[in-house]
Amino acid sequence: MDVDIACVGFGPAVGGFLTTLAPALAEFPSPPQVVCYERADGLGFGVSGVVTRARGIRQSFPNLDPAQIPMAAPVREEKVVYLFDPTGASRRSAGLRLADLVTRPFANRELQALELPWTPEFLHKAGGLVLSIGQFNQFVGEQLMMSGMVQVWPGVPVAEPLIEDHRVAGIRLADQNGEPGMDIRAALTVVGDGPVGPVGRRIDEHFGVPPGFQRNEWAVGAKMVIDLPEGVDLEPGTVFHTIGFPEPEIFGFFYVHPGRIASAGIFVPSWFENPVRTSYRYLQHFIQHPYLWRYLKGGRLRSWGAKSLLESGRRGEPWLVGDGYARIGEGSGSTNMLTGSGVDEAWTTGIQLAEGVIELLREGAPFTRDNLDRAYVARRRESWVESEGRIAENARDGFQSGFMTGMFGMALAGVTKGWFRMHGKPRPAHENLRSIEKYFSDRVPLGEIDRIREQCRLAGTPLHDLLMERSGWPPIPYDGQLLVTHQDALLMGGKVQATPGFADHVEFLRRELCEACASQVCVEMCSGEAITRKEGGAPAFDREKCVHCGACLWNCSRETDGHTNIEFRAGAGGLHSVEN
Amino acid sequence: MNISYQIIVCGGIVPDPLQTLEPVIGANGPALKNELLLPHVLDPWSAHALYEAAHLARKFAGSKVWLVSVAPKAKLQQVMMTIGQRVPLELVAIDGPASGFIDAADVAAALAAAIEAIPGLDRSRLLVFGGWESASRAAGATMQMVGERLGIVDQFQGVDELSVGDDGALRILERIEGGQHQVSVCAGPPALLGWATGSLPEPSNNPQIGMQNMRAIMPALQKAKPAQIKGGARFQSVTLPKQQRDTSIVKDKPVEEIAREIVDWVVGE
Repeated sequence: MDVDIACVGFGPAVGGFLTTLAPALAEFPSPPQVVCYERADGLGFGVSGVVTRARGIRQSFPNLDPAQIPMAAPVREEKVVYLFDPTGASRRSAGLRLADLVTRPFANRELQALELPWTPEFLHKAGGLVLSIGQFNQFVGEQLMMSGMVQVWPGVPVAEPLIEDHRVAGIRLADQNGEPGMDIRAALTVVGDGPVGPVGRRIDEHFGVPPGFQRNEWAVGAKMVIDLPEGVDLEPGTVFHTIGFPEPEIFGFFYVHPGRIASAGIFVPSWFENPVRTSYRYLQHFIQHPYLWRYLKGGRLRSWGAKSLLESGRRGEPWLVGDGYARIGEGSGSTNMLTGSGVDEAWTTGIQLAEGVIELLREGAPFTRDNLDRAYVARRRESWVESEGRIAENARDGFQSGFMTGMFGMALAGVTKGWFRMHGKPRPAHENLRSIEKYFSDRVPLGEIDRIREQCRLAGTPLHDLLMERSGWPPIPYDGQLLVTHQDALLMGGKVQATPGFADHVEFLRRELCEACASQVCVEMCSGEAITRKEGGAPAFDREKCVHCGACLWNCSRETDGHTNIEFRAGAGGLHSVEN
Repeated sequence: MNISYQIIVCGGIVPDPLQTLEPVIGANGPALKNELLLPHVLDPWSAHALYEAAHLARKFAGSKVWLVSVAPKAKLQQVMMTIGQRVPLELVAIDGPASGFIDAADVAAALAAAIEAIPGLDRSRLLVFGGWESASRAAGATMQMVGERLGIVDQFQGVDELSVGDDGALRILERIEGGQHQVSVCAGPPALLGWATGSLPEPSNNPQIGMQNMRAIMPALQKAKPAQIKGGARFQSVTLPKQQRDTSIVKDKPVEEIAREIVDWVVGE
């Protein structure tokens, strides 16, 4: 099938692109045919929520009334909160323990937290919005489809780019029901399939990457959407950024939507050394911190989700354009990890590309690398996305030397606009991991680790629950409402779906490497417990539980042919919810 | 014998049953909590009707499928983005509530009026499909009333299978008590079939169908007329059924163990 412009993925970047492009298409006597394919079952399914300054979004919708978008609210109150460890299980360095000691007299003893007297300029989101990206994407999708100028199709995973004569000539959809995926030929392919998307990765493999390119910094973002209990009347738009708990490396957030709904979540970074780093378990401890639990106790889990975040920012920027294609959004390296902002940047790169495309359409110029470079990349280079991205580029390098150094380096880079920073060389995620024996050596005897391994092998479960509890973390007091097992969470808030007719999208490439892998981090960090241990060979993958977070791709500790031993292909399904 | 059909599928939409649904009494009667937040799907009975229609139309060249739907426009648009790429169809949209608490007679009247307004209908080729228990809280009344209003006397409810003989006769399997089917033969259209689960699979996504459909779907949504709902029924209260669905995903469990769990559950009740 032939179209003029084919877009891959319907996230904020492609939303910004199509929202800018669609109104302009009417001026052409024969409007270009524009189509967008999205992997998830519905528009806005399986994405996240966000607190954003919304500069790009407001550029597209200058008269935006948040009341028109379910779960949206203007940011009203923002706090940065340091959370002390109420459990005694958190691993705190000597320096941090000293800092805890010094600052504790200024903290609220009951809540075990210290509210910072101000929010640093580089971090604040004043004037911005609290959003459910799911609801926002639906809002955007509805407007786009009603324009009649573009088509957005959910439930259609894109397998790979069509590359001919060193140019991208379109895309190939994933095979379905045993039939080969259809080729969609396009003059321009807009790649917005995120950092683990197969189209972007294939393009990088084929065309190479710029000098200095690296994608070593990642995080799993995990979040719960919660019905707050009766009597908790937090103002919609209330935002807390947290540091310090459950582990110093794990940052958290809490924000309030209208209708007494809150989002609470954490980021588990790739530089965190725990080889059994499940985000779900840490998230359960996070929400029980007294500072948050005073609001959440008695609440009910509405939905839950997780996704990979590429935290390399501008250093993970690939070639943004080539003959027949352009990259936008998170997969194009737009996320700013100093300001903790990605949606606004992604949306804005979409606007920039659309403005460039409109310019080229008016000129009648083809979508060559040179033309896209002057029409899109030049716009991006002159924008705040680029200037702020450069400030953030090395801001977090200090975390390679520990939490305290990292925080200091971040503050230094933020305050001096990137002139000064702490140095450090980000390593691939798996190189940061310690072995299970080493990481737990101070808390769990070796023999007991062996016993836990055997117990989990027989039960087919990950090690993290037993190891965390053995190393001091309290058991989760399940209440069947908010504190539920990982398996039960898969069944809540829309449940996890696997559309029939598609092949498994996670593949273990060399099984002998998996068999020899002692840690099998892929099992431990799997956000949906979709990857499980099995006797001999590679772990088992159950796509009916996969939330498509993509974390297995970068957490795998075995290398083969220059990449990890896991292939993450195009697949349908995943989280079946628009509340995230 | 040259056979082709005009198949009109009456299809409402419902909140996605995979979501957490919580009934509440709102200002306008029973509703679901945060209903506007919920994604919607084609009512499952109607979905079977639509997929059966798609297979039948594909089998008999020259056939055409219409989907007539009473639903809130925005939610119907969202549903069309999923089914619009599976079945070649023409949408007739009527903007109205789809809460499930509308009087079946009102829904039937709106559907019948919309069907009668479709230009070029040929009763000798007309098949009206719909969900057996749709838009009636499982009473099975809506499609019957649609048929009556259209003057279609050959009606079949709880249909699981339709086949067409060489002479054009319709052989229809209807569900009856005891897990059995009643087999009926009907000389041909016009006929009305209220579908149960059908027997044919959901068609795969096809981008070409989507592209073709969407050119007409958006204009149809834009010009959707408001449904004339009189609101005759008034609900005093709504409660959840005592038995709740209790779902779990378990792989490779021996059948004996599954059976034992079910027995334990039944005994426990």
